[in-house]
Amino acid sequence: MAFPARPPGQRLPLKLPEVTAILQGSATIVWLPVGQTSTVCGTMSGVALLPFIILLPFIGALAIWLLPARARSSASLLAGAVAVALTASCLWLYGSVADGTVLRNELTWLPQFGLNLVARMDGLSWLFATMIAGIGGLIVLYAHYYMSPKDSMPRFLAFLLAFKGAMLGIVLSGNLIQIVAFWELTSVFSFLLIGYWHHTSAARDGARMALVITGAGGFALFGGMLLLGHIVGSYDLDVVLAAGDKVRSDPLYTPTLLLILLAAFTKSAQFPFQFWLPRAMAAPTPVSAYLHSATMVKAGVFLLTVFWPVLAGTSTWFWIVTYVGLATLLLGAYSAIFQQDMKGLLAYSTVSHLGLITTLLGMNSQLALVAAVFHIVNHATFKASLFMAAGIIDHEAGTRDIRKLSGLYRYMPATATLAIVASAAMAGVPLLNGFLSKEMFFGETALRNPIPFVDVSLPAVAIVASLFAVTYSLRFVHGVFFGPPPTELDRVPHEPPALMRRPIEILVLICLLVGIIPGLTIGPFLATAVKSVLGPDMPYYSLSVWHGFNWALAMSLVALAGGVILFLLLQKYLARGIEAPPFIGHIVGPRIFERLLILLSVRWAKAAERLLGTRRLQPQLVLLVAVATLAAAIPTLGGIGLLPLPPTTFDPGLALVWVVGMTCAVGAAVQAKYHRLVALMLLGGAGLATSITFVWYSAPDLALTQLLVEVVTTILILLGLRWLPQRLETSEIDPFRRFSLHRLRDLALATIAGGGIALLSYAVMTRDAPDGIARFLLENAYTEGGGRNVVNVILVDFRAFDTFGEITVLGIVALATYALLRRFRPAADSIPRPEQQRVQSAFESQRDDHKEGTILSEFLYVPSVLMRWLFPVIVTFAAFLLLRGHDLPGGGFIAGITLAIGFILQYLAGGTRWTEERLRILPVYWIGTGLLLALVTGAASWLFGYPFLTTSFQYVDVPVLGRVPVASALLFDIGVFILVVGATVLMLIAIAHQSLRSAKRDAQPPGKTAPMIEREKA
Amino acid sequence: MELVISLSIGVLAGSGIWLLLRPRSFQVIIGLSLISYAVNLFIFSTGRLKSDAAPILETGRDIATYADPVPQALVLTAIVIGFAMTALFLVVLLASRGLTGTDHVDGRER
Repeated sequence: MAFPARPPGQRLPLKLPEVTAILQGSATIVWLPVGQTSTVCGTMSGVALLPFIILLPFIGALAIWLLPARARSSASLLAGAVAVALTASCLWLYGSVADGTVLRNELTWLPQFGLNLVARMDGLSWLFATMIAGIGGLIVLYAHYYMSPKDSMPRFLAFLLAFKGAMLGIVLSGNLIQIVAFWELTSVFSFLLIGYWHHTSAARDGARMALVITGAGGFALFGGMLLLGHIVGSYDLDVVLAAGDKVRSDPLYTPTLLLILLAAFTKSAQFPFQFWLPRAMAAPTPVSAYLHSATMVKAGVFLLTVFWPVLAGTSTWFWIVTYVGLATLLLGAYSAIFQQDMKGLLAYSTVSHLGLITTLLGMNSQLALVAAVFHIVNHATFKASLFMAAGIIDHEAGTRDIRKLSGLYRYMPATATLAIVASAAMAGVPLLNGFLSKEMFFGETALRNPIPFVDVSLPAVAIVASLFAVTYSLRFVHGVFFGPPPTELDRVPHEPPALMRRPIEILVLICLLVGIIPGLTIGPFLATAVKSVLGPDMPYYSLSVWHGFNWALAMSLVALAGGVILFLLLQKYLARGIEAPPFIGHIVGPRIFERLLILLSVRWAKAAERLLGTRRLQPQLVLLVAVATLAAAIPTLGGIGLLPLPPTTFDPGLALVWVVGMTCAVGAAVQAKYHRLVALMLLGGAGLATSITFVWYSAPDLALTQLLVEVVTTILILLGLRWLPQRLETSEIDPFRRFSLHRLRDLALATIAGGGIALLSYAVMTRDAPDGIARFLLENAYTEGGGRNVVNVILVDFRAFDTFGEITVLGIVALATYALLRRFRPAADSIPRPEQQRVQSAFESQRDDHKEGTILSEFLYVPSVLMRWLFPVIVTFAAFLLLRGHDLPGGGFIAGITLAIGFILQYLAGGTRWTEERLRILPVYWIGTGLLLALVTGAASWLFGYPFLTTSFQYVDVPVLGRVPVASALLFDIGVFILVVGATVLMLIAIAHQSLRSAKRDAQPPGKTAPMIEREKA
Repeated sequence: MELVISLSIGVLAGSGIWLLLRPRSFQVIIGLSLISYAVNLFIFSTGRLKSDAAPILETGRDIATYADPVPQALVLTAIVIGFAMTALFLVVLLASRGLTGTDHVDGRER
């Protein structure tokens, strides 16, 4: 494409209006380049303030969120204080960025990936940050009066503040990925704020639509930023900004540009994504004023402005950005005329103004960029005030429908005056800020262009759209404030509280001041902002009200006059109360969006789920095992090589053990369906074989642990068995099913997987061991860790942090089982009382000297006496295992399970009630104490300036025993011990208590026991 | 002996996988326990099989003659966590049986 793109940095020739301005000596600002942009890092106090500006709103949001829902005033005060602090910080920082300095505060995060957290501020981000902070403060004041007492103020303000933080994060980030993260956060908080009144379906739909569209844009932005970082070789914004030529000449430029544009267009509601913005008007008005006119929708154009030096300057940029902007400008202005809802009109007007800004950014002209930044500020001031005025009218008159409203000027003259001035700014009436930036826009579009299409379309659309803007502004003002008194209102409107109007007054005052004396008000700030984008080579421009008679002024006058005429012509048509704009009313973006959403998220998703998914566990597990086997088989078969003969000799004793062990394993597999108790015993057999192997091959700690865990696992599963349904072998036998296809498949899969694992472990065991970390650990266990049992030293010293994580998991699992059993109840017993008990009862009922249950109460009498007597022995043994653990087999885990078995034996011996009457174990406290002790032991090393969990040990002279090493790791091990006791006992007792519950239930008369689920509800 | 141990690991794992693919939740719990034996033994065996070489330091003994303590430390906590997971699974199993009235892994008979 042959469009004459001006590369950024090239000076433009002076144009007539500016020369005139200089000659006439009116208030003009001439920016004189003052040397190269410099970067300041670290030392200045202002730099330290940057992360604070980003974090403070989030901290404030959290604090407000924690307030009770009724704390309206405290929430508003807190939010207001945050806003004041932020605005003051921003204003104070102006001195630091005014000379073109870029403030940077860098926090090392992932330097190996070139990712550091960078807070960065230049002139442009200063302007945006100040706008976000300042208008944010006004919005808080307004919202305090706007929100009804029924709404939760803390929830609203917490979202609003968090949004503000995300927005400040976007503009103050100096890292591409960081920008994306904050960008997504703004989408999320916008979703929450639009959906604030979540009881209405309009709010829910609008919120969802905004989230889907801006979220998709955020995803595109992520892709675009990754590409951009890839092209430049750095994710640092300053590096990227300096690499414009490299980016524009890269083959990946076009996809990068398209992705970033997609993000900017979705966020700034550009055609064809403009439809989410009017739907977002379901949000409370302060949100519309803040997010959907002043700040969030500006994030898109902010992005385009920031990356303008990198991405702009090509014909692709020109054609896409300019014409998407123009289409949006025209479409928005046209649709705004025919809206009946005040907020709808303002929303379409916002869409149109965003289109204007986009058009300016697309024109590849430095002056147009100046105009774009100027218009961003101007639009934020007049549109926010208009939204707030609309909110006041809604609040006081009870409706936003222009058809019902009329003649409100006589009821609320002050509000009306403010709204009229702001509308005039929106229409581009002279002496107001909107006029100035629109003049610059006209000036840019009026420039001759060698391509005839551009030459005609740009000025033509600009005039027509501005004409429409005048029309809808007139319609807004005339329809609401003039004409006969309203007849369809259910109340008499009146002025709002004075403080509610104050934000509007401030913004309108800014509109006026900027409109009348631009050079003295916005001038320097605008210059700083623009300079940070364009660099020291700034084009000459003039901010003044009167530039003499030129094309731009002529276009303004035509638009003003034409707008008035069009409004008069449309009077009759509009009076008919139409609902949608003519010609394009039947093309409804939202409807297309909904259709697409249904297609994607309902039809296709369901089809995909049907095709690829299953809710059944078995096919999933088959797939899991098959894929895992295959994934292991490929490298194994490829690299296994020759298998050497075993390096150790054959040992018939252990071989015999494993003949039994393997038989047990296969037996358990066969018996688990019909003979659960047998399967459980066989499982124990396999476990014993494992334990013997451990002790055989020099792992006494493992053997002990395995043996003890075997005991508790057996008790655990035995406790659970009674609630499983009875299954008799004869009842279901079906000779065909036995050898059905999928059983054969499972058998084959199990055989192949098992064989593969055997092969793999043989291959591992027959190779020479690599020189791992074992040598280091063995050499240093005694000198550094003060223990001779290296396994234990690893657990409580070298890898204590891992152990800390593991005991935490153990505690969590124990609490989870406990919590689950508090809520759920097992099924009723599936088997009637055993025959022995029935015979006993029958016998007892015939005897006078027996009550029913006497024999049962003396069940296992002798063993239970022994078990009681054994209790102190077990406790002592556990203590012995614990204390010797650092030097000999033992330690916290082993001792913990031992003591837990001691407790469980008491339950077995005396029954749950008997035991709990005598021995109150509070396992939850044990878990907490253990974890705390381990944590405190670890944290204590901080006191001595060492990292977390550093062990210290020294030799202590103990009478009788002599010199013994005492390590702080012992304290940690005691923590482990206490936690293991608590967790094991908690799990077992929780299940054991279910028996008590069942017994209670059985004691109730039959028929009274409702099914499980219903009882839960009751 | 490596042959016997690796064969045992294979049989434990194979039996476990067979049970894992069965429809009854009790079968799955036994299967998971068998698999955890196999996995623990496998990790333990990566330290190679050495008799009379427990990593309990004795003064004056050559470092190279001790068994590798690292896999042992890994397996020790794995055994305890394995027990905890068995307990959690058992509770879920009981709750599912109580809620749905069946012990099928999918919560309903097929």
